[in-house]
Amino acid sequence: MTRTLLNIKDLHAEIEDKKILNGLNLEVKAGEIHAIMGPNGAGKSTLASVLSGKDGYEVTAGQVDFDGIDLMDLDPDERAKEGLFLAFQYPVEIPGVSNINFLRTAINEIREYRKEESVSAKDFMKMVRERSKVVELDAKLASRSVNEGFSGGEKKRNEIFQMAMLEPKLAILDETDSGLDIDALRIVAAGVNKLKNDNNAVVLITHYQRLLDYIIPDFVHVLADGKIVKTGGKELALELEEKGYDWLTK
Amino acid sequence: MANYTEEELAKDLKSQEYEFGFTTDIESEKIPVGLNEDVIRLISSKKNEPQWLLDYRLNAFKIWQEMTEPEWAHVKYEKPKFQDISYFSAPKKQYESWDDVDPEMKATMDKLGISMQEQKKLTGVAVDFVMDSVSVATSFKEKLGELDIIFCSFSEAVENHPELVKKYLGSVVPSTDNFYAALNSAVFSDGSFCYIPKGVRCPMELSTYFRINEAGTGQFERTLLVADKGSYVSYLEGCTAPQRDENQLHAAVVELIALDDAEIKYSTVQNWFPGDKNGVGGIYNFVTKRGLCERNAKVSWTQVETGSAVTWKYPSCILKGDNSIGEFYSVAVTNNYQQADTGTKMIHLGKNTRSTVISKGISAGKSQNSYRGLIQINKNADNARNFTQCDSLLMTDECGAHTFPYIECQNNSAKLEHEATTSKIGEDQIFYCQQRGISEEKAINLIVNGYAKEVLNKLPMEFAVEAQKLLAISLENSVG
Repeated sequence: MTRTLLNIKDLHAEIEDKKILNGLNLEVKAGEIHAIMGPNGAGKSTLASVLSGKDGYEVTAGQVDFDGIDLMDLDPDERAKEGLFLAFQYPVEIPGVSNINFLRTAINEIREYRKEESVSAKDFMKMVRERSKVVELDAKLASRSVNEGFSGGEKKRNEIFQMAMLEPKLAILDETDSGLDIDALRIVAAGVNKLKNDNNAVVLITHYQRLLDYIIPDFVHVLADGKIVKTGGKELALELEEKGYDWLTK
Repeated sequence: MANYTEEELAKDLKSQEYEFGFTTDIESEKIPVGLNEDVIRLISSKKNEPQWLLDYRLNAFKIWQEMTEPEWAHVKYEKPKFQDISYFSAPKKQYESWDDVDPEMKATMDKLGISMQEQKKLTGVAVDFVMDSVSVATSFKEKLGELDIIFCSFSEAVENHPELVKKYLGSVVPSTDNFYAALNSAVFSDGSFCYIPKGVRCPMELSTYFRINEAGTGQFERTLLVADKGSYVSYLEGCTAPQRDENQLHAAVVELIALDDAEIKYSTVQNWFPGDKNGVGGIYNFVTKRGLCERNAKVSWTQVETGSAVTWKYPSCILKGDNSIGEFYSVAVTNNYQQADTGTKMIHLGKNTRSTVISKGISAGKSQNSYRGLIQINKNADNARNFTQCDSLLMTDECGAHTFPYIECQNNSAKLEHEATTSKIGEDQIFYCQQRGISEEKAINLIVNGYAKEVLNKLPMEFAVEAQKLLAISLENSVG
């Protein structure tokens, strides 16, 4: 039987006393790609924030099991160490901290958590060279400060490069397609496809069907008013493109 | 710097309290507390000083008595009781060779990471170790001697090179300069002297480690560094002090003289006891540092200030010669109840003189951190240039960051630029790091070190590593 990586049951969450998630259920198994679509304000990004442990969100009910662990019990960095990755909608700039130093710190902390040996400088640089190719990221960007002075497309590619370096069990891509031109979109999608295997899973949060031409989802979910209101195959995305969301939310 | 890994940082982070908060039991010779002419005569005679130096001290004492303690700095503290301080303390035993050095003192040096054995073998750093007020060990003398470089304790310089000391002592920081410089000139105990001959490039970083190690002892170091024409030297000054409950006064004077075409790079990592979490204890650090640049000369100050309860320090450059260059790179960290008022003065006198000021303040806890800088362009300083950037990073809502930039310009050909920013450490930055598996504490280190990188990069490698550790230790549990 295929392993369940993420199992969300009846999740309720609010921010500043405003309810955003209202009993959300979602199960993601290893080897699967899920797309979560939905109108603005439906709670898509909130879901990403709650799962990754961002400050300011209060979970008022429900459980989230992540590969056998209660995810809500963990600090944000522990969730990452357990293999949860979030590709940010708006990647953050960290002046003066090189991408390489940033990633090496992250990888070594993750390895320490898993009681593994830290990566040698040589092996690490080899990883950087190989995996920056996954998203055709200029090697020069790897030694620049994290996201500083990167174009919108470079930032998004950098997110996927980081994903390639950290090898998460579950990657949540929060509107990774937004702000990308068609060439960059193709590169990012190709990168995600290369990283996908039978042991990991991807959750795509997106507004547009466009991304799903390149990353083919096994399931498409419609999130509205804080819960999943419809689930279907990849053809559902096309239907949504045509009809919009109104017919599902009324 | 790349060699210093984050794991090492993590290990360093494990010690929560002040890392170098230990004391060494060594018999010390102290003179009674209090300050008057007799005490100064006693200091001078204990050190077998010549008459001219005693006269210099007595004159400074007269000047000091006429002065009042400055109050313009943005700091609040209980003023030292100058009559309750003992003005001379020296380890009793004197050593002929390194082998004779007290094992306990060696252990202290080991804790500070400057084991002499290693120094001798590997590092290429010559150390003039000052414990309390008298230098006890100097290494690499022979090698430096081959190049006729003089690097010794101030007392030795008075004895062996009186003509140099007499010529330059007080030439950049006169006794009349300020209250604490006058006090230092009257009672300075020891310090370092360095002379680089004409055209000589000093092949190693010269390093002095200071350590205050005697309860109730004021520390009055005197450093005099002369780079003769066309020479180069990089000088490192590092400071640690044992944990104390009472305030200790430190009033050092550092004078740098860069003659024509000479270059002096002076780096400091200052890590004196900052007081405890409630603001009890800690060092008062009232220091006068100034460099004089002759034609085409360059003086570059780099400082990482993490310690002391109260800091009052403005390493400055007098750009006297045409085409001379002054630089000031500073990271000042304050946490808990620490107060720092620090910055620089760039005095442009010569033509085509240039200065650069990069100041990075980091305030945490309930601390107050001020940048105070003066850029002065005199009327003959044609085509002078200055670039000043002062950034402040706030870690909590209760700390303060202040900027007091002064500009006096008497020459219309000058070009002055001033940039300033103030920001609070970004929660989104911390979260971004955490989402990649980096713990909050380490994320803060990473972000702060990135913020200070421009300055840290100016430090010699071994100091950069130490400085990164210090930033981490100083800012533990500091985000609010």
